[in-house]
Amino acid sequence: MDYQALRQKIIDIIAEIAVDEDLSNIDDDVRLREQLDLDSMDFLDIVMELKKRYKIEVPTEDYPKLATMKSCIEYLAPKFA
Amino acid sequence: MAHYDTIIIGAGMSGLAAGIRLAMFDQKVCILERHQVPGGLNSYYERLGRRLDVGLHAMTNFARRGEHGRPLTKLLKQLRIPYEKLELSQQHFSRIVFPERQLSFSNDPRLFVEEIGKTFPDQKENFSRLLDTVIHFDDVNLNNKYQSAKEKVREFISDERLLEMIFCPLLIYGSAWENDMDFSQFVIMFKSIYLEGFSRPRNGVRSIINLLIEKYLQLGGELRLGAGIQKIDTENGVVRSVTLDDGEVIQSNKVMSSIGLPETMNIVSEKQECPAAGSMSFTETILFFDKKPANEGIHDTIIFFNDDEKYYYQKSQNLCDYRSAVICFPNNFGYDDYDEGVIRATFIANFEKWNELDRANYLLKKKEVREQSLALIARLFPGFNARLLYSDVFTPRTIMRYTGHIKGAVYGSTQKVRDGRTAFKNLFICGTDQGFLGIVGAMLSGISMANLHCLMNGDKA
Repeated sequence: MDYQALRQKIIDIIAEIAVDEDLSNIDDDVRLREQLDLDSMDFLDIVMELKKRYKIEVPTEDYPKLATMKSCIEYLAPKFA
Repeated sequence: MAHYDTIIIGAGMSGLAAGIRLAMFDQKVCILERHQVPGGLNSYYERLGRRLDVGLHAMTNFARRGEHGRPLTKLLKQLRIPYEKLELSQQHFSRIVFPERQLSFSNDPRLFVEEIGKTFPDQKENFSRLLDTVIHFDDVNLNNKYQSAKEKVREFISDERLLEMIFCPLLIYGSAWENDMDFSQFVIMFKSIYLEGFSRPRNGVRSIINLLIEKYLQLGGELRLGAGIQKIDTENGVVRSVTLDDGEVIQSNKVMSSIGLPETMNIVSEKQECPAAGSMSFTETILFFDKKPANEGIHDTIIFFNDDEKYYYQKSQNLCDYRSAVICFPNNFGYDDYDEGVIRATFIANFEKWNELDRANYLLKKKEVREQSLALIARLFPGFNARLLYSDVFTPRTIMRYTGHIKGAVYGSTQKVRDGRTAFKNLFICGTDQGFLGIVGAMLSGISMANLHCLMNGDKA
């Protein structure tokens, strides 16, 4: 799956979790936590949504790989392949 | 036989919040509630067409829409409930009234700081150091150990009169301990009351309960009212099923109990050492008048009254301890959804003394509580000249009957289980005895315990 398509999937998930956030200006290289009001409970939701929507499992030790949009996409791309 | 991923005991704020989280991620989940009305400690009833709320007088932890990092916005995000749905309206201001001194506070913390500076000028710097410590304290860390809040606060505040005034609302709005509380809980309460403040959802507590139930059912969760549990069936330290009062057996992989720690340990089939129930219980008088307080010059939202320099937050020696009270004016929020004037007055009470009364005396003593409530209102507001239309009094006995809390202990046991674990591998605690308090705390407790034990299987992220 290409970068933009995968990016959109992640945006869709964040949009469902953080309804009050503006997601139009996310910088892919900056930690999501620094740009959006997301805490560890919300990262759990991102992981749960990946499982629910795409049957993708993210083990706890891999959570740090979801830090930025770019690292999310790099980490998830092989799982979507 | 029905078989669930998780059974939740109790449809109060914490149980419902936990249920939403689990149903959201496709668990087969069932909430079992003994009563016909959900809500638990924060519930409601009707009498002669009037709406009566029980539980907290207001929602603490006020936050504006989209405000980052606040408990209220966190929990709404976790439950995926839009902020607007709560239709919150803010308090006007509240007051701590002690002999010769009073302190007002509102949802703007600057008012409280200013009032303390005016009333206790030599404590101004001390208070700002306390404030700084409170703001930077990691109060929700599940590994925090018990520390006496009074001892800790004395490191900052050297005037006991101020210390007592600061503690008064925090103790009566959440402490299971007499005269003191755990410092983590102090910080949670301090932030939720003095820094964030009070608000009220339109039409009171029932709006939140209805919102939670609607969301939960929409996600496919099952809710059974009138389904009390007589036994949690365990075998070698593992829960296998629960048995309802009528004998029906329901199987579940996990059980999350929101009914309290001693109350839960009382019904497990393999006997456990039962932690002591708390002893703080209350009476509340709910009064309806033909005039609204604001039209009679009363603009306070909540008054924390105490007739002594020391605040005695301890089990009453008599039926009630009339030396202190909390008086709430539910009309005095940003908007007013009542047709009549309403006042709620709370006194610290003694469960055993109420429980041993026969019916005739019980009714007589309830009348006495009402008279004391009216007398206190008249003392504080001599100009309040309204006709009483209706009143009701609930007592520690009522609280026990409707919440199942042993001895009517509103804030549960003094033993809190911050991580929600019990002696049983797949039985967890959420709600009051997990230790997050207030309406917002209760919901956060349900969310965090469901996340930790049922969605992440106990590993911490």
